[in-house]
Amino acid sequence: MTNAAHWIEPHPHGIYIKPADAWIDPSRAVSRALVTHGHADHARGGHEKVWATPETLAIMGLRYGTNSGCAVPYGDGFELGGVKISYHSAGHVLGSAQILMEYQGERVVATGDYKRRTDPTCAPFEVISCDIFITEATFGLPVFKHPDTADEIQKLLSAKEANSDRCILVGAYALGKAQRVIGELRKAGYDDPIFLHGALEKMCHLYQELGVDLGDIRPVMDTEKEAMLGQIILAPPSALNDRWSRRLPDPVTAMASGWMRVRQRARQRNVELPLIMSDHADWDELTQTIKDVSPSETWVTHGREDALVHWCALNQMKARALEMVGREEEDD
Amino acid sequence: MRAFSDLLDNLIYTRSRNGKLRLISDYLKHAPDPDRGWVLAALTGQLDFPTVKASAVRNMAMERVDETLFKLSRDFVGDTAETVALIWPDNPEGELTEIPSVGQIVDELAAVSRSDAPKLLANLMDRMGSNERYALLKLATGGMRVGVSARLGKIAFALAFDMVVEEIEEVWHALEPPYSELFAWGEGKADRPDLTGVPFFRPFMLAHPLEDKKLDMADYVAEWKWDGIRVQVVGTGRETKLFSRGGDDITPAFPDVADAFKSIGVVDGELLVRGEFQGGEAASFNALQQRLGRKKVSTKMLAEYPAFVRLYDILFDDEADLREQTWAYRRDKLESFVPKLDAERFDISAILEARDFDHLNEIRDGARDAAIEGVMLKLRDSPYISGRKTGLWYKWKRDPLVADCVMMYAQRGSGKRSSFYSDYTFGCWTENGELYPVGKAYSGFTDAELKMLDRFVRQNTLNRFGPVREVEKTMVLEVAFDSIHQSKRHKSGVAMRFPRISRIRTDKPAAEADHVATLKNMIT
Ligand SMILES: [Zn+2]
Ligand SMILES: [Zn+2]
Repeated sequence: MTNAAHWIEPHPHGIYIKPADAWIDPSRAVSRALVTHGHADHARGGHEKVWATPETLAIMGLRYGTNSGCAVPYGDGFELGGVKISYHSAGHVLGSAQILMEYQGERVVATGDYKRRTDPTCAPFEVISCDIFITEATFGLPVFKHPDTADEIQKLLSAKEANSDRCILVGAYALGKAQRVIGELRKAGYDDPIFLHGALEKMCHLYQELGVDLGDIRPVMDTEKEAMLGQIILAPPSALNDRWSRRLPDPVTAMASGWMRVRQRARQRNVELPLIMSDHADWDELTQTIKDVSPSETWVTHGREDALVHWCALNQMKARALEMVGREEEDD
Repeated sequence: MRAFSDLLDNLIYTRSRNGKLRLISDYLKHAPDPDRGWVLAALTGQLDFPTVKASAVRNMAMERVDETLFKLSRDFVGDTAETVALIWPDNPEGELTEIPSVGQIVDELAAVSRSDAPKLLANLMDRMGSNERYALLKLATGGMRVGVSARLGKIAFALAFDMVVEEIEEVWHALEPPYSELFAWGEGKADRPDLTGVPFFRPFMLAHPLEDKKLDMADYVAEWKWDGIRVQVVGTGRETKLFSRGGDDITPAFPDVADAFKSIGVVDGELLVRGEFQGGEAASFNALQQRLGRKKVSTKMLAEYPAFVRLYDILFDDEADLREQTWAYRRDKLESFVPKLDAERFDISAILEARDFDHLNEIRDGARDAAIEGVMLKLRDSPYISGRKTGLWYKWKRDPLVADCVMMYAQRGSGKRSSFYSDYTFGCWTENGELYPVGKAYSGFTDAELKMLDRFVRQNTLNRFGPVREVEKTMVLEVAFDSIHQSKRHKSGVAMRFPRISRIRTDKPAAEADHVATLKNMIT
């Protein structure tokens, strides 16, 4: 196997940085945690000390009541046990960061989750050269090619036009996807109010406090059924088929997710209008990123590692799969 | 091609029957000929390109994509055609120009040799986006799996052109894709297609379950309900064809019967097999299954399972349409028609001499013949009307209780059956046309039938939930059970006691399976 970066140990419940005695995105409570972003499979409550971007700390504060943490803005660095650590934007959700570690002349980047395309609600991905690149692989199969986001937004807007006697209910994860759908709609010039399921309100308001403009958003709870005719409504995916949706006027069920690329996946969810929108890199973006970063070794985690490791081998690049727990079906 | 791929995708994501009907009829109204005819044929499973094999599609993909990456993707997606459509490299030129029409593609697929098929598909796919590629591969290899039966296709056609579906049923089976005469007729540009000399299917008259009604035997006549395959024999003098319940042409599986029918006319009866072991009497449905669905039958099979038809009714005597006449009138005609037929292959279903209804009940209880399913009650004055009209015909099945259910889920068995999907959850229809599970069974079938059901499950999987597969709702299982009870635990509100599969009804369309309401009436 490899001798590279012997000071970093991948474990099933996180990546351990020995000299710093700290963990990246640990799935259990530890004394020192470096957190890439606020999604539940990366950020958990209960750590003694947390380093994260100010936005991620705010999100963790909202979700877990974590209020002690060291805020690390993008580009800033600090030292821990001789390891130089800095955070760089990952383009995944608001506050999401890649973590760069430098120790004894070796540079290691852990991406957390990332995407390459533009997102009106967060900073873009930054390519950082390194020796070891620890990449995610949520959509690490060549069948995943996310189409143009603007086209998917047009699909949503056409469905809205065609269904003035109904409403369009879009399932979107509470952190990141929901705000991105709103942001992309605004970017496309859509100014009407967008209605929110209660479970999305707090996170949207936090985004607004942190300076992301989401336009006119309103709670479904205070709205008459008739007022939502022909409107766009956002809800967490779990609410799409439950009794909550009965208060809506005959909803067309949509879902914004990278998984919607596969027809049977969309059917399993009883989705009528699949919107292929992901906050993760698709296959072409994963492979392009490895080429851009061009590390001497790639470690693959978080998703379908096999195919990406195989691709690296086909392209004469060194790679290995890390076995991590609790990251099987990503939040996308 | 774009319009077809859009239609296909919309059908995939549309759950309601009415929604599907609207989509198809819109397409049929607006798409050009011959595209719409081919699409109608493809959706209803009438299109087949024998030189284009699913394996060719897979092999073709391997030439463009690394094998390991393909296999990993196929495992995740679960469908070869979709995997290929998604993984196929997009045209680097971006803009897609000049996608051939459905008609052009069908012509090319029909003409291509087996060895050239992969190249043809690859060339077409290079000019398409992923949705069109998916539609192309589904068109070429069949198995649309969008829940469109032949019946639904006809209803959509009727809806598109403001016609009565029965009129379309009448001519449908005489016509071939792409159905240009049918569309011309629908649009009022041509007369009804001329069917002289063509043996074609007429929709069957069907019965309601009797349930707990009592009938006056002065008005109704009774005969056995035989446990075979309901069949219509159509002879034009030039040609004879056999049609099953759904109007499928089953002549190739029963050449012995078709060849023996030389008369001109249309008769309705039960196809049965004479079993040696039954002393030359009609054997059970299972023996018949050996022959059904075959494209060719061996001489050995013809000898081992000789088929014959037991006739119930006559629709046409020579050219004369008797369907408007009363049952009594048609019975007279049938009695003089049958003696002119080959006695080896055709006999007449006897009328039961019941003094009154209670006497009929005794006769029914006394039936010991395995080939008797129960009794039929027919109104003496009734014309022969397509479909199921209340008050005309009733079926009164023999105990145990049976119901026709639709397979919904399948699970692997245990022990020596662990490699087979042998545990089936089946459902019946609700008022709103939804299927609700009514029970689960894992016995009652032979090993050969198990293999057949297992293959069906594998080829018709919609979803996987761990060891359980959800299947396409097309397989009708006749389930026998000892009794049925109210149950709060089940969504359907009923639970069966000792359910087992009594027959596999490949001859029956899923839409005609029993309703939950019928089961509720069986609660004792
Ligand atoms: Zn994430
Ligand atoms: Zn994640």
